[in-house]
Amino acid sequence: MSKRLIAMIKARILEVLRDRMALAWNLLFAPLLVIGMATVFSGGAQTVAKVGVISDLPLTAATHPFLGTPAVSFYSETEPDKAIAKVQRQRIDLLLDLRTKPSHYWVNSDSAKGMLLQKLLLSSEPDASEQPVTGARIRYADWLVPGLLALNIMFSSLFAIGHVIVRYRKSGYLKRLNGTPLRAFEFISAQLLACLIMMVVVSSGIFIACDSLLHLRMEGSYFNLLLVATLGSMTMIAMSLLVAARISSEELSGGLLNLISWPMLVLSGVFFSLDGAPVFVQHIAELFPLTHMLEAARAVMLDGAGLADIAKPLMVMAGMTALFLALGASTFRWSQD
Amino acid sequence: MASVLAVRELRKFYPKVKAVDGVSFEVEEGQCLGLLGPNGAGKSTTIEMLEGLVKPTSGEILYRGKPLDANYRERVGMQFQHTALQDFLTVRENLNFFRSLYQRTMPLEQLIDACRLEDFLDRDHRKLSGGQRQRMLLAIALVNDPDLVFLDEPTTGLDPQARRNFWDLVRTVKARGTTVVLTTHYMDEAFLLCDDLAIMDHGHVIARGSPQKLLAEHFNDSVLELPADEVRGREIGLPFVSKEDRVEILSADVNAAVRHLLDAGLSLAQLKIRPRTLEDLFLQLTGTELRA
Repeated sequence: MSKRLIAMIKARILEVLRDRMALAWNLLFAPLLVIGMATVFSGGAQTVAKVGVISDLPLTAATHPFLGTPAVSFYSETEPDKAIAKVQRQRIDLLLDLRTKPSHYWVNSDSAKGMLLQKLLLSSEPDASEQPVTGARIRYADWLVPGLLALNIMFSSLFAIGHVIVRYRKSGYLKRLNGTPLRAFEFISAQLLACLIMMVVVSSGIFIACDSLLHLRMEGSYFNLLLVATLGSMTMIAMSLLVAARISSEELSGGLLNLISWPMLVLSGVFFSLDGAPVFVQHIAELFPLTHMLEAARAVMLDGAGLADIAKPLMVMAGMTALFLALGASTFRWSQD
Repeated sequence: MASVLAVRELRKFYPKVKAVDGVSFEVEEGQCLGLLGPNGAGKSTTIEMLEGLVKPTSGEILYRGKPLDANYRERVGMQFQHTALQDFLTVRENLNFFRSLYQRTMPLEQLIDACRLEDFLDRDHRKLSGGQRQRMLLAIALVNDPDLVFLDEPTTGLDPQARRNFWDLVRTVKARGTTVVLTTHYMDEAFLLCDDLAIMDHGHVIARGSPQKLLAEHFNDSVLELPADEVRGREIGLPFVSKEDRVEILSADVNAAVRHLLDAGLSLAQLKIRPRTLEDLFLQLTGTELRA
């Protein structure tokens, strides 16, 4: 690694570590978010429940009175095995198979909403038969926490690096650096590596803290999870570098980063799964790095997936990183004009 | 004397502005060239092209006879009008950081000594006074022990004492044999530091030469200043220019002018006689209208 690259990384890390207010906020915010949200969601405070239905008939109350229950989202499932796994992971609250008489249903006994839906179902069809959910039942918190950690990585990567580079450009610091032998690719690489080092250290600390408090389910290898977090962070940082490659307005960068982060927040499956969502929405979600980071992280943590199992999301993230970095370096501008 | 930098027919056009329009000059080894001009004259654009930060629309810049290449930035130093640095770093850390960016560097102790940084070396750079900050920025411009250093209005906003301290530093830099290109709005600064001047206006160089040569070329008279109250209502029989609370009489023969004033019955108790200055030349060449 070149002397210039190391100097740039060191200077950036020193700047972050000495900005005590920002550092304290970053260190405090993430665990508070994780613990707060995990508590809220595992407490069953959601108002809308989701039920997968296996049926050849329309999902209306005429088919089955339970399907007329208000504030519950019913959607069609075609693959029973996969749908049962979703119940296990609390991605859905109940699975109902209307092809049999009486109906069969699957519910996760750790899900408060599932229990409530079970009572509602039995009130409309007392003979409905509960089927066993095989394998360990997964708490909602186990499903949620990887999402929240990924979300923290996404916001920290996007806003930390994007705003910093725009501020450097606006203040003229980049122009000063342009007067030295430092090259654009070296500067961008240094920013990426400095941010990545800090992100991995902070995220690991948050994960350890959350694990000690919530005893998270971890079926796979910690190394694989670290790999997913590292590659996911790189993709987010590279995306932010691309956004900040040319612009000089903090307001514009804030707007653009919000434009990127909020759809990812909503559509990447952090808080709720996209099962039953329109197909085009699911296709859009595939474009987001957060979706792939989450898919890989949950596969490692909840299913014990190995590297071969998560090869696809890892490759997608690696490809996105390379693309964003190449575009960012080629369009990079040192000064405002 | 060898030319360090040669500029030929340099132009920089923006969509609605011809910022620099056909500028040519050379900078000799070890000399200090001053670029003077009113706001918007094209000085900063010119210096940014010389620094390699702005690409010329046309023209040629040669460093030691060759076009600017990747190695150029290893050999030059620069101090901008407004230089921002990374937050939360001390003066020492900034020096070390910039030293890390170059292959050849000046020893840290030499740099600290040359720019008198000892007293605030471990202070956050954002907490320096204006003069201290400019000294630190000059040190940063010198970290690579450059052959050629660009100083863009380095003393703007400094108090008179800090300016004089900075001038001493620039003289030290020149004494080391470093070539300097300086832009400034201060004519006294240009007169004291520059061996050669290029006065610019509207993107062109309108006068070129040493301060003494330029003054000799444009003026053969001196200025006699009297308080305006002293001459009010009197016929002094010499052409004069009113300047706020004083009048300026221009004369190539000071003795004759003084005799004339005495004959006219004026008191010369507050008479000031001065030679023409660069400021006179600057205003004569560029006019006195307000520039944006």
